[in-house]
Amino acid sequence: MAITIKEVEYIARLANLEFSPEEKERFTHQLSQIIDYMGQLQQLDTEGVEPTSHIIPVSNVFREDRVRPSLPREESIKNAPDKGEGFVKVPKFLET
Amino acid sequence: MDYEAVIGLEIHAQLLTASKLFCGCSTRFGDPPNHNTCPICLGMPGVLPVLNRKAVEFALRMAVALHCRTNPFCRFARKNYFYPDLPKGYQISQYELPLAEGGYIDIEVDQTKKRIGITRVHLEEDAGKLLHEGLTESDSKSYIDFNRCGIPLIEIVSEPEIRTSEEAYEYLTQLKTILQYLEICSGNMEEGSLRCDANISIRPAGSSEFMTKTELKNMNTFRGVQRALDYEIKRQAEVVEKGGAIERETRLWDASQQVTIPMRGKEEEHDYRYFPEPDLVPLVTDESWVEEVAHTLPELPTAKRDRFIREYEIPKYDAEILTQSSPLADYYEQCVGYCHNSKAASNWIMVEILRKLKEDNIDIEQCPLSPRALAELISLIDKGTISGKIAKEVFEDMYQSQRSASEIVQEKGLVQITDQEEIRRVVSQVVESNPKQLEQYRRGQTRVFGFFMGQVMKATQGKANPQLVNKILKEILDSS
Repeated sequence: MAITIKEVEYIARLANLEFSPEEKERFTHQLSQIIDYMGQLQQLDTEGVEPTSHIIPVSNVFREDRVRPSLPREESIKNAPDKGEGFVKVPKFLET
Repeated sequence: MDYEAVIGLEIHAQLLTASKLFCGCSTRFGDPPNHNTCPICLGMPGVLPVLNRKAVEFALRMAVALHCRTNPFCRFARKNYFYPDLPKGYQISQYELPLAEGGYIDIEVDQTKKRIGITRVHLEEDAGKLLHEGLTESDSKSYIDFNRCGIPLIEIVSEPEIRTSEEAYEYLTQLKTILQYLEICSGNMEEGSLRCDANISIRPAGSSEFMTKTELKNMNTFRGVQRALDYEIKRQAEVVEKGGAIERETRLWDASQQVTIPMRGKEEEHDYRYFPEPDLVPLVTDESWVEEVAHTLPELPTAKRDRFIREYEIPKYDAEILTQSSPLADYYEQCVGYCHNSKAASNWIMVEILRKLKEDNIDIEQCPLSPRALAELISLIDKGTISGKIAKEVFEDMYQSQRSASEIVQEKGLVQITDQEEIRRVVSQVVESNPKQLEQYRRGQTRVFGFFMGQVMKATQGKANPQLVNKILKEILDSS
């Protein structure tokens, strides 16, 4: 199954990524190969096999509802390129 | 043409756990920005979330209270999207196999009962908070506080079975009361611990088709939800009447203008690419766990209301008001326990106590008057020690000074005059000193009876027993 350049652009947009025309071309080809391989897997007979999202037979790993110290604020927002008054700042965008 | 609305509500309720859903950061409201964050809720690479057991238990409580069937095997999923309030780039939520499905709530509008189906109840984490105003560079920047990131939420999705804005309001009120009875959510919509989005479309009345819907957001009060829905029903009907088509879009409620407006800017792609969260193992809620939760569930609002009507023989209206919150219901029950006058207790609480609480903007838990103190006041009226009118005055004093009713009555000499001789003396005096009114009475103008009553009560500072005054006054006037 072939992936189109439009689909690559769509996925790039969802992932917030920008690509050059050459990259888009390359990924179109590579993604098609991956999808083809998935096609091969699809041919396997999985009748009677439960869909698996976790391969280890473990469930219910919990923590108790206890507060533990958080990071000091200087630490937690250290990586942000822009900050002030204890907040992380981003270019203005409005919902309305 | 007549239209009917098809409304489905999506509610997010913050759970009252002490720590977040997947990490030990505090969930406290109102802390300075970015104080309660850690590598897990900030989505640093390589960290592992661990599920808060209490959050699951709280969510199960709601699932059971809403008569849902819980999925014994459920799992978490990643909902992927970019937004500045979501540091991980995905929200841990549930998609296939949510915690619970298929429940209902019974509501009542205009004396008609209606059952609203619940599609699902699932657990997810909250996102951060965005501030667009009020900070130094707000004209060019948006500010982000990640404290809210990772606070546990339950999402409760209704079936599209709501038909009017009143039904939506009732549904929300019921849901909030249940959440508060279960002590799993504060229900405070202004603080954002309860949020409501609505999906709404219209169709010709009686049709069973589903038409294009719009999604409404940004309603901050229950009335706001109701008004936004009313506005949207009207707007959609106007578009259709003019031959236009409803656009599938998200609209924001503008409370100051009382209108819904389309969300501006790039319409987000609704392609969340859900997939099972690899960092969390499945959640198994077996029958014994669900049963344990069901057993520890408190009496719910509707059941309590019905019991109040039956057990205390009070009108349905009273029972509904008294069971609005579980602490208020407790207050009432304690008060009745002391004074054994269920209707009087109901009246005093509904009229006087609730008025006071509203004036002072406090909850029943902060009421300076204990149920026992109020019960004592009621007993003093029942025993005839004071009149109902005097009791109002004593009540004000009690509420202010927190002294007991009997203490105030003693000190202020408010004990009701029940001595017939004394009353007779006052009545005679009043009648003698008002010959003009007496003459009117004799001529058949019985309206002046009220005037004499008033004068006697005034002369006794309201302390005379009104029934006795009435009786004696009649005797004296008729024989004068």
